[in-house]
Amino acid sequence: MTTRTAEKVLSFEEALAGFDPTMGLEVHVELNTVSKMFCGCATGFGAEPNTQVCPVCLGLPGAMPVVNEKAVESAIRIGLALNCRIASWCRFARKNYFYPDMPKNFQTSQYDEPIAFDGWMDVEVDGETVRVEIERAHMEEDTGKSLHVGGATGRIHGADHSLVDYNRAGIPLIEIVTKTIPGTREKAPLVAKAYVAQLRDLLLALGVSDVRMEQGSLRCDVNLSLAPAGSGQLGTRTETKNVNSLRSVERAVRYEIARQAALLQSGVPIVQETRHWHEDTGVTTSGREKSDAEDYRYFPEPDLVPVAPSTEWVDELRASLPEPPRERLARLQREWGFSDLEMRDTVGAGALVLVEETVAAGAAPGAARKWWLSELARRANERGAEVADLGVTPTDVARVQALVDEGRINDKLARQVFDGLLAGEGTPDEVVEGRGLAVVSDEGALSAAVDRAIADNPAVADKIRDGKVAAAGALIGAVMKELGGKADAGQVRELILAKLI
Amino acid sequence: MPEITRAEVAHLADLARIDLSDTELDHLAPQLVVILEAIASINDVAADDVPPTSHPLPLTNVFRADVVRPSLTAQEALSGAPVEPEQQRFSVPRILGEEA
Ligand SMILES: [Zn+2]
Repeated sequence: MTTRTAEKVLSFEEALAGFDPTMGLEVHVELNTVSKMFCGCATGFGAEPNTQVCPVCLGLPGAMPVVNEKAVESAIRIGLALNCRIASWCRFARKNYFYPDMPKNFQTSQYDEPIAFDGWMDVEVDGETVRVEIERAHMEEDTGKSLHVGGATGRIHGADHSLVDYNRAGIPLIEIVTKTIPGTREKAPLVAKAYVAQLRDLLLALGVSDVRMEQGSLRCDVNLSLAPAGSGQLGTRTETKNVNSLRSVERAVRYEIARQAALLQSGVPIVQETRHWHEDTGVTTSGREKSDAEDYRYFPEPDLVPVAPSTEWVDELRASLPEPPRERLARLQREWGFSDLEMRDTVGAGALVLVEETVAAGAAPGAARKWWLSELARRANERGAEVADLGVTPTDVARVQALVDEGRINDKLARQVFDGLLAGEGTPDEVVEGRGLAVVSDEGALSAAVDRAIADNPAVADKIRDGKVAAAGALIGAVMKELGGKADAGQVRELILAKLI
Repeated sequence: MPEITRAEVAHLADLARIDLSDTELDHLAPQLVVILEAIASINDVAADDVPPTSHPLPLTNVFRADVVRPSLTAQEALSGAPVEPEQQRFSVPRILGEEA
């Protein structure tokens, strides 16, 4: 049963002093094919319940599945991009279990013959490269969505019955499984997050999925175990499901390390079990105990013939791959003229694609980095969100910078434009208009403000007349104050100097 | 020769959600042994040059193009539901297990 009482946890530092974490990550990615894996039903998100279903995906007797070629193609491309070997021959298998999210009472998956296997991905964390070995990537189908009725919280416990929508059942899914990742120590949470973030970017570059974690098209399960520090052993692992944002991946790893360490330290063994991640409270709770539910009795799917990609087909798909991540990073750094540190910060903030798109929308690389990494990253942090999920687009940022470049707003006003964008006040131009943020470019008004500042600060004015140009800052400050910050500091400075020298 | 124990039959029945009484288990377990033995006779003809197969058809790569075909309407889809649908969804007994 779910335990709602908070479990005892050690601090992360204490946990690491006593134990070494080992993790494994399973990522499920929904492909963006327009039709399902084995039938022609549409795959659009958010359709009315049970309107994208047919005899095949409802598992009605006699219905015959046929494999979606594009899904196989995407699976092979994902495998190749992850440096995997591609099976020259593989089969689908039935994974048998009774659970109403699959109307067939089995999920069509792959068992001991995944389409892709033995790959790797290099993950950058704090300027260090960690190689994550990929065990396999296999094809399967998504399940339906259940709604639990009668329970107080909409959760399964206490529900008296469940309502199922099968629109999602049968959507092509690729499950990407890493080998265990040992030796990451205190970096384990960051490595997990960086792996999922870079995998997401890779899938996005491949164009095979929408990779929207908030819509569930990219989902992560975290396997984690602890062993006594330095022992080189492998402990009993838990599998935490439902970890569906980048931030949660990091937090869930951190929490499980601290929780398991507290148990082990007080002599309680870890139970191999499924655990659920709770985004709201930041804890995991025990799910069902694994018993016979694990006995899936896989066998080859008799209704589907084997998939045997020819060398020519695989080579053709290999040729269609986008630039590998490492080369891409090196190229972008060269093009943008960023230092190693600037590049690392950009990647670390999950802003690489955002900066790239902002530059593509016309902003200078430095300006794009400045807004995403200082202004917007800070706000994302305040909200506990990822910078990509703020709702501010690269086009918005490029437009804000263009307004600055045109002298219509300054950096300070630009920050207020971002306030407006986050508050949903429309486009950058609409925010400037709506909030009256444009700088005073009317020469007459500026000139009058400068005259008043000079008159109010005769001592400062005299210094400037004597050639102490640095003193102009005080007058610029006075003018800016009078105009509520809505002036271009450079222009004000020029005016002051023109009047006094 | 394959041997299947009474406990294994009970476990399989449980996995298949078939409720078997002790009498039925006593009756079925020996029968399954006989069936498995009969099927195992295939091993006698299987030679090293005959690869194990799961599909009798010499076919691979049977694909369909990624094209949307019309689905059923929700009414059609739900028409065979054993219990009155709610909110245009299939109503199923309370599930204990993992959360969706
Ligand atoms: Zn269908």
